[in-house]
Amino acid sequence: MNQINRLDGGQIDRSQTLNFTFDGKSYQAYPGDTLASALLANGVRLMGRSFKYHRPRGPLTAGSEEPNALVELRSGARQEPNTRATTTEMFDGLAANSQNRWPSLAFDAMAINDRFSNFLTAGFYYKTFMWPAAFWEKIYEPIIRKAAGLGSLSMQEDPDQYDKGFLHCDLLIIGAGPAGLSAALVAGRAGASVILADEDFAMGGRLNAERFTIGDQSGADWATSTVAELATMANVRLMSRTTIIGAFDHGIYGALERVNDHIATPAPDKPRQIFWRLYTKRCLLCAGATERPIAFANNDRPGIMLASAMRSYANRWAATPAHCIAVFVNNDDAHRTAADLVANGVDIAAVIDTRSTAPDSAYFEVIKGAQVINSSGRLGLKSISVELPSGEIRQISCGALGVSGAWNPNVHMTCHQRGRPVWNAKIAAFVPGPDGPPGMTTAGAAAGVFSTAGALENGANAAVAALASLDIKATTAPLPRAEDTEARLTPFWHTSRGKGRAWLDQQNDVTVKDVKLAHQENFRSVEHLKRYTTLGMATDQGKTSNMGGLAIMAELAGKSIPEVGTTIFRPPYTPIAIGALAGRTRGMAFHPTRLTPSHHWAKEQGATFVEVGNWLRAQWFAQPGETHWRQSVDREVLGTRASVGACDVTTLGKIDVQGADAAAFLNKIYCNGFAKLAVGKTRYGLMLREDGIAMDDGTAARLAEDHIIVTTTTANAVNVYRHMEFARQCLWPDLDVQLISTTEAWAQYAVAGPNSRALLQKIIDPEFSITNEDFPFMACGEITICGGLRARLFRISFSGELAYEIAVPTRYGDALMRRIMQAGAEFDVVPYGTEALGVMRIEKGHAAGNELNGTTTALNLGMGRMVSKIKDSIGAVLSRREGLNAPDALTMVGFRPVQSDRPIVAGAHIMAKGAPHDAAHDQGYITSACFSPNLGHSIGLGFLKNGGAREGEIIELVSPLTGVNVDAEVVSAHFVDPEGARLRA
Amino acid sequence: MHDLAPLTALGADAPLHETIGAVTLTEQPDFALASLSARRGCEKEAAIALRKIIGHAAPAPGRSTNSQGLVAFWVGPAQWFVEAPYNSHEHIADELKAAGGDAVSVTEQTGGWARFDLSGETATEVLARLCPLDAPQMQSGAATRTSIEHTGCFVICREALRAFSIWVPRSSAGSVSHAIETAMRSIA
Repeated sequence: MNQINRLDGGQIDRSQTLNFTFDGKSYQAYPGDTLASALLANGVRLMGRSFKYHRPRGPLTAGSEEPNALVELRSGARQEPNTRATTTEMFDGLAANSQNRWPSLAFDAMAINDRFSNFLTAGFYYKTFMWPAAFWEKIYEPIIRKAAGLGSLSMQEDPDQYDKGFLHCDLLIIGAGPAGLSAALVAGRAGASVILADEDFAMGGRLNAERFTIGDQSGADWATSTVAELATMANVRLMSRTTIIGAFDHGIYGALERVNDHIATPAPDKPRQIFWRLYTKRCLLCAGATERPIAFANNDRPGIMLASAMRSYANRWAATPAHCIAVFVNNDDAHRTAADLVANGVDIAAVIDTRSTAPDSAYFEVIKGAQVINSSGRLGLKSISVELPSGEIRQISCGALGVSGAWNPNVHMTCHQRGRPVWNAKIAAFVPGPDGPPGMTTAGAAAGVFSTAGALENGANAAVAALASLDIKATTAPLPRAEDTEARLTPFWHTSRGKGRAWLDQQNDVTVKDVKLAHQENFRSVEHLKRYTTLGMATDQGKTSNMGGLAIMAELAGKSIPEVGTTIFRPPYTPIAIGALAGRTRGMAFHPTRLTPSHHWAKEQGATFVEVGNWLRAQWFAQPGETHWRQSVDREVLGTRASVGACDVTTLGKIDVQGADAAAFLNKIYCNGFAKLAVGKTRYGLMLREDGIAMDDGTAARLAEDHIIVTTTTANAVNVYRHMEFARQCLWPDLDVQLISTTEAWAQYAVAGPNSRALLQKIIDPEFSITNEDFPFMACGEITICGGLRARLFRISFSGELAYEIAVPTRYGDALMRRIMQAGAEFDVVPYGTEALGVMRIEKGHAAGNELNGTTTALNLGMGRMVSKIKDSIGAVLSRREGLNAPDALTMVGFRPVQSDRPIVAGAHIMAKGAPHDAAHDQGYITSACFSPNLGHSIGLGFLKNGGAREGEIIELVSPLTGVNVDAEVVSAHFVDPEGARLRA
Repeated sequence: MHDLAPLTALGADAPLHETIGAVTLTEQPDFALASLSARRGCEKEAAIALRKIIGHAAPAPGRSTNSQGLVAFWVGPAQWFVEAPYNSHEHIADELKAAGGDAVSVTEQTGGWARFDLSGETATEVLARLCPLDAPQMQSGAATRTSIEHTGCFVICREALRAFSIWVPRSSAGSVSHAIETAMRSIA
């Protein structure tokens, strides 16, 4: 079988042959074909099985509105289900498989469903699987999922890349048919920046599918030459293979450009698709119209398709679904299908027109006032039954039937912001309403202007008007001669004659009877109708079926169609892969990574890294022979406490606060006093939220009267900065304060341990004394190091040891860390990571993110007295709420296991000894826990009701979920050096 | 003179320089950067101080000025960044503070940011894959803030359609430059 249904002519390139397979069988095609046109040319009408009843189906359309001809395209990891054969551009080596059938497309065992259709009507799921409830998840759903569904996933990672992009224009024109091309010419010649987007790979819209002439050219040639002229304009961006998927706020449109879908495999580094965000000043929707079918019994057989699709296949792709064809219509326009096919040498069995006033033809029989009421042919159409006006039934043999119930303008995008289309009785269709997205106008068939001449004129005028509103002067050139016939139709939605199911929504297997059932069961609002019957759902979103459903509901309810109304159209206009929405943001590139100044050095040391927000921080530095992280962490902790350790703390937020009122400002931000902080001193500060809950803690170092550096926790750096900026701009604009982040402008390292001073003395330039007398605990200052490099030194300690933090301009951070290691060699300096940092702060009883968890107050943290009563600060008033100050409020305390080999587990809840383990007896919870190498057992911090008064009590730590039950003693949170002698040494 | 060796934002001794297709990406480590804000009510004095150093009136929103390699760009109300050759102006922050005194708040930003220059025929196409800026419409000297790879950056147009500088937060320089290179390969 070699392209037996290929006709002459068409816009395909016959100089080259492409090979492809469908269900493993090889076929040939030409460049310019779609998968559907190539299959039809090869005599293949059967392309899929329906969703619910597994009925044999072929293509209904020749475009993106296709409900039936969905295939699994490509293989392996690139396999993609639910790809429309009607829009799949042919390439050499294309491999497609039918879906939703077993074992084969011609013999599908699941077609048994069709025999049980009486049980599978609308609302079937709701009625059938109500009980027993427990059966739903384990039994019903898996069975339904196996039987129904469209296509399957490869379950492999998508090997392709997807880009995102952003474009701007004065005028976006959606659709490159006659109206869109005409508009683009006007706007392009006027010098406006224009984007012309079309979902097809060939611009021209219906001009490529019809035999109309424009001026002296064929429509397709006019489209080609117009596109060629547009391509010479630098201000016009032509985007074929690009679907505008939605109209969003402020003139923003989403566009999916399939840059490499038309080749087997994108070249390395090239995206398969690009998801564009288009920023437009104006938009002209020239999306054309979609032909609608007429429902009759067994109207879903392969070979039955829209009359306009038949013209597309014949005129553009030189393919016909059969060599003897009938056409069933309610309008003049569709008679052209018969005329065009006759001109192509195809036999026309008859044109069946529902109207008694239908025009005659010299080339084919027109049966007037008649209806097609049934069809036959198991895997493809063989004949139709026609009821003549006399009531007589006539059987007509034909291999294909073109159906046309006239056209629906593609108003979808005018409704994306809840605009409502309005009814136009003349064309019996909805047209765009006046309440579309701001900046959007419509032209051509999308606006209900169906003739070619009308579309050309309408498009040009709409472009002039859109640009005029932008003060861009544009003029229309004389338009070429073109077809200008008036749409003549008599609405006709479905035949009530004939036995068998009449299909409305072929994608969801919804029949006329289903709509009647919905009406009978009182699901009469369009939104209920849609959900009860599934009419208009899934990949085609009812582009060919919605109107039929509405018309039947109107008929049943005794209302007009506009009274019944439409469901809301929502983005995307056609399906879009999640991969395209994700773009490059996946896998290791899921989020950007921030590297510390010592990162490259740490990597050399074999550090294990941990994500802290976007930062990668060294978690520990495993040494040769260490096989468990605990060995590394214990060594780092012991080494630091015994001699000296160094840790990169650059990630802590640093906010540069300047201005005459810098201290006054911080006095309002922090709950404790800051007004009197002396120059050269650092102070610990606690920030509360407006509601009195602790927000963040850190230090503030006063470098000058009008210059203070605030540090925040790593995780809260952005939040705190935003909070302070809000306070500065909105709460106290009268204060003279300027803020700017300097987090990564300085590489900052903690140097901690009894030998930290001795180590730093080797680095800091000799003119700066850091003895305990000259540079005591909480001192800060600007210094120089290593022979003159500017640096900052802070004597602060998170570990509880004698400790400093030293900062240099970031580019020298790597060198400074190496220098610290070099200078510290004689003290056996250890680099330590975030785990050791955490162990030491738990040993010291310092709160961190685990404790500042968004539910705790200063009182809970044991810092209640820090909230100054002699000044106002953010959160101070609400922190005094009665409920936050109950006598048995949670208080942060320490815990040690009664049996020293048992672990304290973070997240465990605290129960009084012997009390029931339930929420009613909950006494608090553990927030932080670790093994303390200094104490030789596990320790923890947590919040315990009235904890301050319960030291020495034995409580139970439980986690019923994980089976934890440990007896622990309530102790002071300060496990190491509770007097703080070390940090003042 | 101290003896610590600097490292580029990408952790290398030498700056990145890469040409892919018609565009070139060059890391520019040899620039110092400082922010200058007018103190409350001192907008005029701040502008005078800025002019003293950069030899130009303070740039308006969305704009930058360039005078003998000293570039100032607007970053917020009464707030500018000043970019200067590192070798001659390592202490640009001190220079600005000396000029403005108590009328200005100045903060050294050299270590906070990394500059990458993107130039070539398709530079605007590369930017279109990275950020929502209307780069083709940017005139020489246009400067604005945008988001690249989820990261707040500054983009300065050095030559319309052809040459742009991107100031990237230093810690994110690896991720952002990777995103730029990826876009360059996409376009090439």
